[in-house]
Amino acid sequence: MSKFNSRKGKESPGISTASLPDIVFMLLFFFMTVTKMRDTEMLVKVKIPQATEITKIVDKELVHYLYVGTPKDANMHGDGVRIQANDAIILKSEIGPFILNEIAELPENKKAQSITAIKGDQKAKMGIMSDIKNKLRDVNQLKMMYYANRKKATD
Amino acid sequence: MKKKKRGLQEINAGSMADIAFLLLIFFLITTTMASEQGILNLLPPKMDQLPEPPIIKERNLLKILVNKDDYLLVEGQYMKIDELAEFTEKFLLNNGKDPDLSDSPTKAVISLKNDRGTSYNRYIEVQNELRRAYNKVRNDLALAQFGKSYEDCSDNQQKWIKDKIPQKISEAEQANVGGDI
Repeated sequence: MSKFNSRKGKESPGISTASLPDIVFMLLFFFMTVTKMRDTEMLVKVKIPQATEITKIVDKELVHYLYVGTPKDANMHGDGVRIQANDAIILKSEIGPFILNEIAELPENKKAQSITAIKGDQKAKMGIMSDIKNKLRDVNQLKMMYYANRKKATD
Repeated sequence: MKKKKRGLQEINAGSMADIAFLLLIFFLITTTMASEQGILNLLPPKMDQLPEPPIIKERNLLKILVNKDDYLLVEGQYMKIDELAEFTEKFLLNNGKDPDLSDSPTKAVISLKNDRGTSYNRYIEVQNELRRAYNKVRNDLALAQFGKSYEDCSDNQQKWIKDKIPQKISEAEQANVGGDI
């Protein structure tokens, strides 16, 4: 009788994991291409403001950052609002040279399009922001961006 | 005795998944996905001598003041932040009807002045509301004129709209009533 019974008692075959490496590698390559290395260590605390009217910059190469916020380590950098560029806290007078240096590293055809993005803390005051803007104007770096996260429109 | 010929031994690929997972987790931790996004702004060029300020009629100027406590004063009236976009839109599209508001969108200028003690968050909010008003007015014109949203318009069409509704936001040198930082 056994034609049908013969399967009885047989364990279900395990799922083959042979393609698992392929799947994981696919994920790996996806993340390698769409993400970028964390290049700076944050020395200041920045809580980014939210906005709805946001422009996205496609060419990430053009953008360089100035972080404005209160230092994480108050013993080392004090407790006022500080400016961070790359991996260091800089003075207001060092903003100009920093920008010129960043522009110098761009390829020739992109030099005119460089954008300074300010990642400012919500609680920072406009006094320091306008000082920064004046420094940017001094070195004729007129394209700038207030970094903001997308907020869902209320209406 | 005949030696049995041994075939090449296959490399065990069982641990491949583990290695790949390790790499994957490493990349997940060390990289960021954040894109470069924010409110774009163009600063005015620095000039040695200030040019003669253009004469702007009082009605074409929308004066916005923000004080150190983040309160808004628009045209001499206290205003809440969520009313600003609507008021700006009304100001832009007045076309001479109300004698206190603008003659036409091309002549309208927004003058923004904040204190050194104004918070950055409030400044971004004000900038955002102003841009929202401009974008809405431009989008409405695009829909009326070309039947599609401003973003979908061609470069020429966008330029035409920009000529009709130029975004003129002037930022005055800041007052320092509230003191620094």
